[in-house]
Amino acid sequence: MTTKSESTKSNAINVRAAIEQKKQKKNLSYLIEKLIPTGLFLIATISILTTIGIIYTLLSETIEFFKQVPIMDFFTGTVLKPLSQNPEFGILPLINGTILSSFIAILVAGPIGIMTAVYLSEYASDKARRVLKPLLEILAGIPTIVYGFFAFTFVTPVLRYIIPDLEVTNILSPGLVMGVMIIPMIASLSEDALVSVPNSMREGALAMGATKLETTFRIVIPAAFSGIIASFVLAISRAIGETMIVTIASGSSKNFTFDVTQSMQTMTAYIVEVAGGEAAAGSTIYYSLYAVAMTLFVFTLLMNIFARFISRKFREEY
Amino acid sequence: MKYVDQMQIQKRMHTRLFANTLFKYIFLLSTLFGLIVLAILIFRVLSQGVSWLDFNFLTGRLSTDPGRAGIMGALLGTVWLMAVVIPVTLIIGIGTAIYLELYAKKGRINSFIQMNISNLAGVPSIVYGLLGLTVFVRAMDMGNIVLAGGLTLALLILPIVIVAAQEAIRAVPQHLSEASYGLGATKWQTVKNIIMPAALPGILTGSILALSRAIGETAPLTVLGIPALLIPFPEGIFDKFTVLPMQIYYWTLDSPLEAEYANLAAATIIVLLLLLFILNAVAVLIRNKFQKRY
Repeated sequence: MTTKSESTKSNAINVRAAIEQKKQKKNLSYLIEKLIPTGLFLIATISILTTIGIIYTLLSETIEFFKQVPIMDFFTGTVLKPLSQNPEFGILPLINGTILSSFIAILVAGPIGIMTAVYLSEYASDKARRVLKPLLEILAGIPTIVYGFFAFTFVTPVLRYIIPDLEVTNILSPGLVMGVMIIPMIASLSEDALVSVPNSMREGALAMGATKLETTFRIVIPAAFSGIIASFVLAISRAIGETMIVTIASGSSKNFTFDVTQSMQTMTAYIVEVAGGEAAAGSTIYYSLYAVAMTLFVFTLLMNIFARFISRKFREEY
Repeated sequence: MKYVDQMQIQKRMHTRLFANTLFKYIFLLSTLFGLIVLAILIFRVLSQGVSWLDFNFLTGRLSTDPGRAGIMGALLGTVWLMAVVIPVTLIIGIGTAIYLELYAKKGRINSFIQMNISNLAGVPSIVYGLLGLTVFVRAMDMGNIVLAGGLTLALLILPIVIVAAQEAIRAVPQHLSEASYGLGATKWQTVKNIIMPAALPGILTGSILALSRAIGETAPLTVLGIPALLIPFPEGIFDKFTVLPMQIYYWTLDSPLEAEYANLAAATIIVLLLLLFILNAVAVLIRNKFQKRY
């Protein structure tokens, strides 16, 4: 008897202890449940802090720059001579180089990208698509420095056979290579747009006696137009922000010209040149880095917002 | 009386069908164009660099003498850089994704963070370089060490990792977590024991792809002022460093001075591309092997 009552007694104690333990555990897990969301929220704010960091650093140094160089001189100046005795800081040569190289790139990637998208979505068999798409993705995965090497040591020498006047560093060759780089981007985004056009529309056109080509050009492409334009805008924005290809293959002359055989500098290449040149903090040329970067940042941001806007606003719902 | 002139149709049909076939091949050719350029690029790099690839090149120190130059320092630099980038991006990326997908209330703050992330993904990498230079190298006074470079690259690839992790979490079917709640599990227990294990393969695949982007990235590092000729090997995250892409960059820039530098650059490119290829193969393997279909 005694043993039994003792055992129940000890059991009772155990139960009580167990309850206590359970309570503590519950408190702990309750605490965890409360703390986790806050912790995760703090982590999530890091992405916002990054944005704030970018805007703050760019803006504060840019304002400093505009105290030393009038804002109108910067945006309308056609001469960029940061290192001369009487330095001039006009950004137009850089904007000119940036737009020219991106323009050449889109001239290559636009038509080829769309035609690739059309082939993949309208013509290719499932088997062909499964082989071709990953292969094209490789193009997008190659580091830009490799493209830069390719432009400088292969494309430029080849082009110089065809155009003897071409300078060793020029804007044409990096523009062309950049075009190849953004083909997969245009192709895959445009293909998404083409694929989302419902089959009933294609079948309607085919039933009316249109050929596949006519269906593609008159029905499918117009229906997917907003998506295709969005892919163009995103690709251009990518080309504008591209750095290594132009830095290597286009040199650092700050020419203000439309002659693509000449060396020109883009905004990105200027940043590399000045930042790599150990510009003394506090000098005008150091601040010009941030003013150029700010311009670049605003350019690409606006284009990205614009791309989102058109793909949302003009998307045709079927 | 016939309304349609058969002859006329026959005549036009011919050109229409011809255009149809013609364009089919034009479309095919454009698709192949990119691949042809890719083939030329790879052939060119291989033919230039492969004879320079040997044990001494892989294990040697940097040198101005092309015959003796090696890339061990750059390889170690890449490894140390990844030792910073991987934990930082995984913790922040997955944490943010869990918050946005599972905890945040659908509302203004959530959609603001979401919009912010997609805008960050579009910021040119060179701008991240300036951020790193200003905040990590100068303001925090780290100098151009591995830690500063790693944090810069981590911020750069963060949007990619977040979006990949979000998609992976979203792909976990609702009924799994409902069953977990039904058994009395709390929210964090469900997240930790049910949702994350199911989402992990997808998250890993996306993260590895983002990582390979970081390994090939050059532009932000040029801004941080990575030295052109760094002889000592980095031994930790507080050492100065160089990485494979930076080495390619400097050798390419110097190739007009000495033609053999171009071959060194090509050999380094082969190593870099091999590294990226292995990473991508691992990513595909993980996706195929561990991804469950529910």
